[in-house]
Amino acid sequence: MDKPYNNKAWLMVLPVFLIVAFSAILPLMTVVNYSVQDTFGNNQFFWNGLGWFQELLDPNSELGGRFVDALWRNLLFSMMVLIIEIPLGILIALSMPRHGWGVAASLVVLALPLLIPWNVVGTIWQVFARSDIGLFGWTLNKLGIDYNYVSGVLAAWVTVIVMDVWHWTSLVALLCYAGLKSIPDAFYQAARIDGATRWAIFRAIQLPKMRRVLIIAVLLRFMDSFMIYTEPFVVTGGGPGNATTFISIDLVKIALGQFDLGKAAALSLVYNLIILTVCWIYYTVMTSADSDEGSAAP
Amino acid sequence: MKGSRFILISYVIFLMLPIYWLLNMSLKTNGEITSTMTLFPHTLTFDNYVKIFTDESWYSGYINSLKYVILNTIISVTLALPAAYAFARYHFLGDKHLFFWLLTNRMAPAAVFALPFFNLYSAVGLFDTPWAVALAHCLFNVPLAVWILEGFISGVPRELDETAQIDGYSFPHFFLKIFLPLIANGVGVAAFFCFMFSWVELLLARTLTTVNAKPISAIMTRTVSAAGMDWGLLAAAGVLTIIPGAIVIWFVRNYIAKGFALGRV
Repeated sequence: MDKPYNNKAWLMVLPVFLIVAFSAILPLMTVVNYSVQDTFGNNQFFWNGLGWFQELLDPNSELGGRFVDALWRNLLFSMMVLIIEIPLGILIALSMPRHGWGVAASLVVLALPLLIPWNVVGTIWQVFARSDIGLFGWTLNKLGIDYNYVSGVLAAWVTVIVMDVWHWTSLVALLCYAGLKSIPDAFYQAARIDGATRWAIFRAIQLPKMRRVLIIAVLLRFMDSFMIYTEPFVVTGGGPGNATTFISIDLVKIALGQFDLGKAAALSLVYNLIILTVCWIYYTVMTSADSDEGSAAP
Repeated sequence: MKGSRFILISYVIFLMLPIYWLLNMSLKTNGEITSTMTLFPHTLTFDNYVKIFTDESWYSGYINSLKYVILNTIISVTLALPAAYAFARYHFLGDKHLFFWLLTNRMAPAAVFALPFFNLYSAVGLFDTPWAVALAHCLFNVPLAVWILEGFISGVPRELDETAQIDGYSFPHFFLKIFLPLIANGVGVAAFFCFMFSWVELLLARTLTTVNAKPISAIMTRTVSAAGMDWGLLAAAGVLTIIPGAIVIWFVRNYIAKGFALGRV
């Protein structure tokens, strides 16, 4: 479908452009400005050139070491989250009823965690996983497993990952379910007549239909888990030690805790650049998938 | 199929247990929470909720949150509507780049913007007002609304616009009286997601407020760090923040996936 070319459309886009520019470009300019300067307080700034970037990208320096550590933790976290949530989400989507009252009921229940404020998700798991007053932590300890997310590194990681699985697997499931819904019943009937096994139905009918939503799910989950801040901040505060200090948490520590503006700004820009790259992949996949299937709209 | 029902039910239990635990704790006294492990409140108390609804430092947090969330939803959807229409109906100079740039802001880490926003809104004198948070949340909600609405508008055939034009409707009249009711679902979904993403965000809301506009999420975290935890009160405050989502969830159940995937499912 060819849309007419009309530059007057800019007039309709202008308000959005202005407000997003005010919220995005202006602050980013400040960040770029800080990233090449050093400050000793009193609002006195000195030119520092690319110094912060060199330090940031040099793993032997204090800042660089910190960044590399946080980056690895973030990547490990994102990988774990994807490895667990994607298959689990597919499994749940396949288990959901296709007809009847169960559809609405399971949609509502699954969507519930997605709509809880992120800090409350943190609070929920903070109290649920505590070894003294939380059901989860208390039960594990009664079973003889030494579990305390405040002091144990492994326990802290388990808590943060289980929390993310609890929070976001529903999204993967709902996306996959949306993909599955577009399969006509006739396909399943044909498969039954052919005597196809459950696995064959999944491989030949369901998985291809879910391909596009799965790509969206993977990219969305990667980006959101890569930017995670609130939930681990509330539960572990980045600890024990720095065990669950992800990039966002470290960035806020440097920027608003230590007021190291130059370092924080340089880190912000590099962090943003990584996100931007992933975002570009997302956009390319999205638009090419759109043109594959004609239109984005249902 | 027995197996699939078993999987679904166990997952639902996994989802519900932590929420039940929060609800359970909010109805207990602090003595009961810390001294014994009880699966349901033995001495049922509503004191925690009473405290939140009567203590101004608590309930003002909800009012502050609602203020900026509603402001943000109105701003985002109103601005996004014409823009989404333009993206859905026309080609224009730089449209693809602009659309991508909007997406990058939806995906940008809030942590990057915390400090510059702090400086920006202090400089323009909006710091510690609902406006600061409402405008800051536009960073991700305006692009979100544009993307969602664009998906819905593309679903309406263009012949409709042309017919209306031939019939002599002026554009504003056509847009408000004919087009808007057609995409009412889309507007509802966009408004819901703007509301939700503004409601669940903590980092920017906390950074941009100190006293007068402090949101409930920030008040809650302060209680966490205070010595002598009031677990029951914290749990009650948490339960109350879940309610807005729980109320509207029924109406948007078919659009959840669509909204999170920016209207592309």
